[in-house]
Amino acid sequence: MAELLRAAMAIAGKDLAIEWRTKTAFVSSMTFAVLVLAVLFFARDPTAVGAVEVAPGALWVTFTFAAMIGLNRAFLLERENRAMDGILLSQVPPVAVFFGKLAANLVFVGTVELVSLPLFILFYDVPIGRGLPALALITVMATVAFVAVGTLLSSMVVRTRFAELMLPLLLLPFLVPPVVGAVQVTARILAERPLSEVQGWLKLLAAFDIVFVTLSTLLFEATLEE
Amino acid sequence: MTRDRAQALARRGSLLSAVALLALAGVYVRALMFTPIERFQGPAQKIFYVHAPAAWSALLAFSVTGLLSALYLWLRDRRLDLVASSSAEVGLAFSCIMLTTGPMWAKPIWGTWWTWDARLTSTLFIFLLFVGYQVLRGAMTDPEVRARYCAVIGILGLVLVPFIHMTVYLFRTLHPDPVVMKPGAPSLPGDMLTTLLTSFGVFTLLYLGFLAQRYALAVLRDLKDEETSRAVS
Repeated sequence: MAELLRAAMAIAGKDLAIEWRTKTAFVSSMTFAVLVLAVLFFARDPTAVGAVEVAPGALWVTFTFAAMIGLNRAFLLERENRAMDGILLSQVPPVAVFFGKLAANLVFVGTVELVSLPLFILFYDVPIGRGLPALALITVMATVAFVAVGTLLSSMVVRTRFAELMLPLLLLPFLVPPVVGAVQVTARILAERPLSEVQGWLKLLAAFDIVFVTLSTLLFEATLEE
Repeated sequence: MTRDRAQALARRGSLLSAVALLALAGVYVRALMFTPIERFQGPAQKIFYVHAPAAWSALLAFSVTGLLSALYLWLRDRRLDLVASSSAEVGLAFSCIMLTTGPMWAKPIWGTWWTWDARLTSTLFIFLLFVGYQVLRGAMTDPEVRARYCAVIGILGLVLVPFIHMTVYLFRTLHPDPVVMKPGAPSLPGDMLTTLLTSFGVFTLLYLGFLAQRYALAVLRDLKDEETSRAVS
């Protein structure tokens, strides 16, 4: 187990080091996030719908779309010079590869979210004070859900034609439960309602996390070159 | 499977489909002439004899795809992949029937073409997911890798459906549905039930007929690809 964790950490560290040196994906995702936030602000009738009312939806569309831009990066790196073969030849179990990629993606998406959240609060002028821990909790739950499925899918789509096109097509149906749940909970948090009101959503998100992280881990091996 | 056996299977599939299509015409004669008109919904209810069985065939097809996908990853038998993908394609055809006849019925009865209720939403998303499945298939050349990747999507899809259903259910309980009538079959009087059940049977036959033909086609394509690659090398 410790060995597995060490291998996963090494892979995550390698990916993040590459990203740290180039910052290509991060800068693109970040810029994209700002653009989406700005466009969605204007995608309403200002006399009928206030900014706060569209805010939860805007936040989650931004988070997920910005994440989707970065998700393919993890495996595109390994396609060049068939680097994945090298990793697998080094006797790293596939599960460790998956956890490493998942961890790197989570750090990547988490950073994008961490930077876009203050911008979101600023742009949409949302009242968030005591709700911040709850918002952080729901963000973690929803992010784990779609990044786990996204990591698994991106491992496959990078080896197809039109990889960039294929990921949103396959991933979006899987975003329905986590994103709808996250938007509902975020709306309640912004309205300063207690979390007990959204117990059902929290349970659904927790179940989605458990089922899809497990399933993605189990299925990952089938997506590798044999 | 050899070419001859695949062709024989295709012929049997077409025969079965032809019989089922004839029976479908029979179901409609029965539905229009010999089945009473529903008291509240009027003639619009007749579309149910196509809609519900088509939905059944579509979901049956996708479930077969999901289950065979799991079996494929376990046994790695290429035939399982071919049946799974054939079933997915046939399921898409039935989904189109379901998704077009549904709104036609909903407009006069519910007063709206579409409503985001749990069943509608989950069937729409499973349809979209399997469109993605087909696109993914088309974007890959290596049959072995293609089979594995599609199996992964098939399994994920099967698990996703209940989650989407739950999501919409929770969403709706927060915002009550404005539509008074709920979907879901009322307990039908005998005549209507017979027609509906016959139609279910006919659509299942139709599914099997289409599946047999599509599978035979997949086998023939596979053989052709093999021949081509042998000729090239």
